[in-house]
Amino acid sequence: MSSPRSGNVLDWPAVTPRAGRPAASPAERRRARLKRRLRENLTAYTLLCAALVVFAMFSWYPIVRGVLLSFQQVDFVNPPTWVGFDNFVRLFADPLFGVAWRNTLLFTGFALVFGFLVPFVAAVLLNELRHARAYFRLAVYLPVMLPPVVTALMWKWFYDPGPGLFNSALNAVGLPGLQWLDSSTTAMLSLVFVSTWANMGSTTLIYLAALQTIPGELYEAAELDGAGMWRRLRHVTFPQTRFVLLVLLLLQIVATMQVFTEPYVMTGGGPDDSTVTVLLLLYRYAFVYNDFGSASAMSLLLFVALGVFSAMYVRLTRRVE
Amino acid sequence: MTAARTLVSPSQLRTPGGKTVYVIVFVCTFALFTLAFLFPLYWAVTGAMKSPAELAATPATIVPREWHPESFSEAWDQMDLGKYFLNTVVVAGGAWLVQLAVDVPAAFALSKLRPKFGNVVLGLMLVTLMLPAAALLVPTYVTVTDLPLLHLNLINSPAAIWLPAAANAFNIYLLKRFFDQIPDELIEAARLDGAGPVRTLWTIILPISRPILAVVSILTIVAAWKDFIWPLLVFPDTGKQTLSVMLQRVAIDMPLNLLVAGMVLASVPMIVLFLVFQRQILAGLTAGSIKG
Repeated sequence: MSSPRSGNVLDWPAVTPRAGRPAASPAERRRARLKRRLRENLTAYTLLCAALVVFAMFSWYPIVRGVLLSFQQVDFVNPPTWVGFDNFVRLFADPLFGVAWRNTLLFTGFALVFGFLVPFVAAVLLNELRHARAYFRLAVYLPVMLPPVVTALMWKWFYDPGPGLFNSALNAVGLPGLQWLDSSTTAMLSLVFVSTWANMGSTTLIYLAALQTIPGELYEAAELDGAGMWRRLRHVTFPQTRFVLLVLLLLQIVATMQVFTEPYVMTGGGPDDSTVTVLLLLYRYAFVYNDFGSASAMSLLLFVALGVFSAMYVRLTRRVE
Repeated sequence: MTAARTLVSPSQLRTPGGKTVYVIVFVCTFALFTLAFLFPLYWAVTGAMKSPAELAATPATIVPREWHPESFSEAWDQMDLGKYFLNTVVVAGGAWLVQLAVDVPAAFALSKLRPKFGNVVLGLMLVTLMLPAAALLVPTYVTVTDLPLLHLNLINSPAAIWLPAAANAFNIYLLKRFFDQIPDELIEAARLDGAGPVRTLWTIILPISRPILAVVSILTIVAAWKDFIWPLLVFPDTGKQTLSVMLQRVAIDMPLNLLVAGMVLASVPMIVLFLVFQRQILAGLTAGSIKG
């Protein structure tokens, strides 16, 4: 039942030698095989054609288009004109440009501290607990299922300085309320909490899955060698989950650099532009100022920044491995 | 119950001290998780049922003094939620169907027919996963307003969501990986019985691929339901918008109790979906995390 060497298992249609036929000459056989291969490829590409069309239209073409747009001026009435680096110059001249990058890096930094540490601690903890596991999994993942707009609007209401949940809770234990979204010093941090709450379910459960693949013998061996709990955590748990940790760290950085929904829905970039992120500014350029060229230039910069970062990250971590 | 050996040793757990610590840690974690993840949901559901005056009063009440479950029906009417639910169902359901119709045959062809340049095609698809979604936002929007060659404008049409969603390299990869594990002998047997590729896909492959089809389906539907920025861009017509876009638009003018009621209602399908398809959703989650 081995498939023919041609590599393809599906030599459609079935070719069974028919009795009473003169044996085909090598040339004829070669032609027949060629024909068959052509037909197979034709079938395959017929099945692939829908995917090829959508990828070409909505993925590959936009990639090229995005680069072109960065160097063009578009107004949807006249044909696009080439403007060289004008779009980039305009971006760099915008005082919000630097602010947006600074805010985004700030968000990503905070999001890592919380979004990386909290889920890991939670996963290690859950891995030790023997009871109500299904409940913990369910609880931590519920926020992930909420539409992000609902999460953002809900937290905006929780943050309300008057009757909001958080200040009510603080007041109830005798603490003064906070400004949360209304002060430029706390607004960004407040957004980070929302994002951490909303997304930590998936990170936690991925870590948990990784923790559960660690063979128990490793812990036993470490214990026999006299390693206490902290040393077991350091020398068994960490090395065994390092791959997942490193990959998720990268994915999280890339994802948080693109934060949009929380600032758009909750603060609109304020107060005092303290929550204007790269993507929010990009959105403004494209859909408020109708300057698609500059918006594309912004995307290109974001893409290059993340691309360079990812490449460096992969390189560095590979050396660590 | 023999649990797998973890960080804390079983002998440590069996000592009286260990047992006490375990109980304390368990209770604390239980309380913390409930407070952090379920309490906000409780707060939203009960908040929707408070009177506007009670909702605006400080300090907030934990249990509503008066119950107004009618806020839900009032919110339904005032926000015309029926229409927006339907819009969202059309967007998510269509994205799901188009996705399956496009990605399953493609993954099958790449996995089992192995055409010439198949690996190049797959590679070109996977490369798109490296791109931050934000980088494609503007050019994809520009493309959708005027499709190349066809010169169609998809703005305000659900196709503007369905088609770009179908260009999903991750799902094709998941499906292909599953199809790769299906033994070639099975397919060869079908061939000997005279079944063509399409028939084999339909009668042999799809029935045994139910688990992965469930995972891909759920991932697609959940993603479409949760998406915000793309629907925000492609549905300027307020009547065509999805729930998320509509809620965000009316948030400022809507009385808070009705807005919260609308938010709760918009989340119910996702919560129900999660409770029913937990296994598939969590399987999709770990399938998404790159296996080493």
